[in-house]
Amino acid sequence: MEYNVQMTVNGKAVSGKVEARTLLVQFIREHLRLTGTHVGCDTTQCGCCVIHVDGVAMKSCTMLALQADGKSILTIEGLAAADGALHPMQQAFRDHHGLQCGFCTPGMVMMGVDIARRLPGADEKTVRHQLEGNICRCTGYQGIVEAIMDASAKMHAAKA
Amino acid sequence: MHNFNYHHAADIADAALKLKVTVEPKLLAGGMTLLPTLKNRLAQPSDLIDLAKIDGLKGISVEGKEVVVKAMTTHAVVAASTDVRKAIPALADLADGIGDPAVRHRGTIGGSVANSDPAADYPAGVLGLDAVVETNERKINADDFFTGLFETALKPGEIITAVRFKIPDRAHYMKFRHPASGYAVVGVMVAQYGAKVRVAVTGAGPNAFRVRAMEDALEKSFAPASVANIKIPAGDLLGDIHCSAEYRAHLVNVYARRCVEALVK
Amino acid sequence: MLPAAVSSVDALKADSPKVWPEFGTNEVVHWEYGEAAKVETLLRSAHRVVKVDLVNNRIAPAPMEPRVVAAKYDAAEGRLTVWSPTQGGRRIQMMLARTLLKMAPDKVRVISIDTGGGFGVRSKMFPETAMVAYAARQLGRPVKWLGDRAETFVSDYHGRDQINHAQMGLDRDGKAFVLKVETLLNVGAYLSENGLRLPMEGGGRIIPCGYHIPDFYFSVKPTFTNTVCTDTYRGAGRPEANYLMERLMDKAAETYGLPREEIRRRNFIKPSQFPYKTHLGFVIDSGDFAGTMEMALEHSNWAAFEERRGRSAARGKLRGIGLAFFIEGAGSRPVEGMRVRFEDNGDVSVIAGTYSHGQGHATVYSQLVHEFLGVDYDKVRLINGDTGTSPEVSNGTFGSRSSMVGGGGVKRACDAIIVKGKKIAARLLQSDATRVTFEAGVFRAQTSSVTMADVAAAARDPNKLPDGMAPGLDEYVVYENDTENFPNGAHVAEIEVDPETGVVEILNYVAVDDCGVVLNPFIVHGQIYGGIAQGIGQALTENIVYDAEGQLLSGTFMDYGMPRAGHFSHIDARFNAMPAKTNELGVKGAGEAGCCGAPPAIVSAVVDALGSYGIKHIDMPLSPERVWRAIQESRVNKAA
Repeated sequence: MEYNVQMTVNGKAVSGKVEARTLLVQFIREHLRLTGTHVGCDTTQCGCCVIHVDGVAMKSCTMLALQADGKSILTIEGLAAADGALHPMQQAFRDHHGLQCGFCTPGMVMMGVDIARRLPGADEKTVRHQLEGNICRCTGYQGIVEAIMDASAKMHAAKA
Repeated sequence: MHNFNYHHAADIADAALKLKVTVEPKLLAGGMTLLPTLKNRLAQPSDLIDLAKIDGLKGISVEGKEVVVKAMTTHAVVAASTDVRKAIPALADLADGIGDPAVRHRGTIGGSVANSDPAADYPAGVLGLDAVVETNERKINADDFFTGLFETALKPGEIITAVRFKIPDRAHYMKFRHPASGYAVVGVMVAQYGAKVRVAVTGAGPNAFRVRAMEDALEKSFAPASVANIKIPAGDLLGDIHCSAEYRAHLVNVYARRCVEALVK
Repeated sequence: MLPAAVSSVDALKADSPKVWPEFGTNEVVHWEYGEAAKVETLLRSAHRVVKVDLVNNRIAPAPMEPRVVAAKYDAAEGRLTVWSPTQGGRRIQMMLARTLLKMAPDKVRVISIDTGGGFGVRSKMFPETAMVAYAARQLGRPVKWLGDRAETFVSDYHGRDQINHAQMGLDRDGKAFVLKVETLLNVGAYLSENGLRLPMEGGGRIIPCGYHIPDFYFSVKPTFTNTVCTDTYRGAGRPEANYLMERLMDKAAETYGLPREEIRRRNFIKPSQFPYKTHLGFVIDSGDFAGTMEMALEHSNWAAFEERRGRSAARGKLRGIGLAFFIEGAGSRPVEGMRVRFEDNGDVSVIAGTYSHGQGHATVYSQLVHEFLGVDYDKVRLINGDTGTSPEVSNGTFGSRSSMVGGGGVKRACDAIIVKGKKIAARLLQSDATRVTFEAGVFRAQTSSVTMADVAAAARDPNKLPDGMAPGLDEYVVYENDTENFPNGAHVAEIEVDPETGVVEILNYVAVDDCGVVLNPFIVHGQIYGGIAQGIGQALTENIVYDAEGQLLSGTFMDYGMPRAGHFSHIDARFNAMPAKTNELGVKGAGEAGCCGAPPAIVSAVVDALGSYGIKHIDMPLSPERVWRAIQESRVNKAA
């Protein structure tokens, strides 16, 4: 049986027909063709699939599309400004060499934004701890941690 | 993942009805355990009944000497609650250490408790803070609730609505994270209520359990030395490629003592 | 269930189940280097002989992108297109075309658009790639296969899994002069592409690593077992070689009562000995091994460590510091095609035989083209990863080779462009080519000048070319070198052990690397950090575990300890750059250095922390329980 689902994705109303078992990440990648959100594991460990649901970070591999019905979703594709200017977190990843192969990066960036919002001015140890659910195999996390701290400071300053 | 039918429950009565009329239903709370289980095809329910739209199942209140956390309240909400932080900081700390931030944004107390996952944190909180698990049918004391590996006293059709924690004089929770998964290998909650002390352990055994010998010793003298030499038999504990039963037994002792140290400091 | 042989040690026992009964043994081959009898005699003559028995644990490369293959067959044209993350598609194309599907190579195209981590494992041909391609051709329809993480654990080749027994004989002064290494390699159930060769060719070429030890015997026994194949994983034999040498050096220091840095000082290959030929015939051109180590000691404040140990002890923690020196062999198979092409819109394309999958080639090649030709950095584009457009010679990226072969190829192509450009400029400037100079993108003769863009435009117009010159300024070179390069470094790890739980926490990590000339410190640091993270993973958290029946027990990220951000401290990475003398850029590879240095540095540090318990060694990974058990056992031993 198929179910109707509708939500806002990156500011646009979308809808579709899904099976009950369709994961949110499948809906995003395969129905909406937004392939920036990745899947790196089957056990909710790696965080490559992190997106924002109603403004907070969640793992889209461990949500049904139907659980997102009526919600507002932000994926990596919706993070930059409409004119293409990178979000401060994206810019910081670029500035600090926070990515290599790029596979974990969308999840890392989305988690980074979430960390920066919840814990402005977080120190290195806190940021490392907050990345518990995001695995990177390339960078040794150094550039990622630096990027999140830098962007967090900038996002906070911009708000103040 | 096998397919299933999906339903939203409008309210608790609706959820209870749907549990009755479907073949092999499962309640869906945050899904942080259920969905990985389904993805790995370790379960095949016919129907999922999503509780997310029942507003009455969300929220935190302090009622007299109790903190009441409704079943669909997420870990992140508990962790960030100033009421919880003020009344039972150990409970806020526990919630703040579950999984990772993304998991805390979805996972719920009801889902965690109902599942009796041996590596979950909340069972130590429920048992250590002498909680009462409220369902649509009755109230279950924590001591009667966790009955085995992924097994609880819940009957088919029963739905957790809230967990009612007794506010302790003081309490502390610590856990040893699994080297791979980050889940609790051993999590210990030590709580003091007047002359009474509760020591509850999650992670180590098939389900959360209390360590009466430690409680007795701490009731006589609330000091780290009281528990330092109380060994836990490894025979009933879990073991895996990272942490054997013997090691877990040892960690229970270390973490119980460290909780007491933190409390008397 | 059929009986299984899981470890190489067990597989060699007479009564072990035979993976291939028709061979009658699980021993694939026995390779030897050196004279066994002579080395035995020398060992007997030594003042002291130190021995180590080591398990170099099996680990999973685990790139974040699981394995994926899609294929499409155009029956009318007879063309097959395969999309899959690789480290360079040409080899896959050739194997699919020639060996597996019996098609003309130009009818098979392999495209890797983005590869989510390589680490050696993505350079391989896997059965699923062939099956998906075959299915697409048979069905005439697109076929796609997505491996999930669990499938990736049981089908991606694993790395390491060696047992090393090593003995080193030293003279009265602590100078080593003879080395004997016996290695068992677990190759898994089949022969993978390169797995078999790793101990001897991968590691053996640099043994005895940074040290001068004149006599060497090496025995390698690759062994079949009922496990996933092992093959190249970041380092591919060199981490194992360095690990055993560093454990030997620590053992020697302990035996002689010398500081760990002093035993190394006495045994380093000295700058005066370069070029230095290794036992297996590779020539190390340059290095400052002792100086590099001194830098690491200085930046880690090694000398004042005991004071810090005391501070930790006051908090009930055991602090330790560890040192590792390592040498690497980088730039293997030094042949690569590189093309520099001038586009109509003024852009310059680098069409590379290498393939960037996170190494930042677009950054570095653009930087080089800017430096050599004066073209704007932003106008340089990298084209790679598609056999339909890549140069005929396209080996890909592996073995820390791209700085030398790719960067060197860009250099040679640009040099040729300048030579040709001067001739064209001479005609435009009505001068003589020998009098034209080129600097920062401008050709000059006396007072007049033309830019590279002018010359590139003129090169398209036969009327503006000197007589007989072919149009176009593009250059294609096949870079060749007759040697690799030899990065090296000294790493210091400082850790704390919680003696009650066995948990190891990293407090400080200093890496001093000689990667030769650093083309871009950002990029090279990124490689160093990543390598260190994987090395720390091997040392502390990662382990592939099978049960006795051959069932994989560590097949998900719930069970396999992937290092997380919280496992590390900030890494302090520095360079002691000794330009390589054997390639025009002076570069040495950087990709695999970290995972050579980190495991011995970490183990040395933990053993140092546990010195008061009399613990001399713990096999990797130094998981909390292993460390805790070692402490328990030493307590029992002490009591007895």
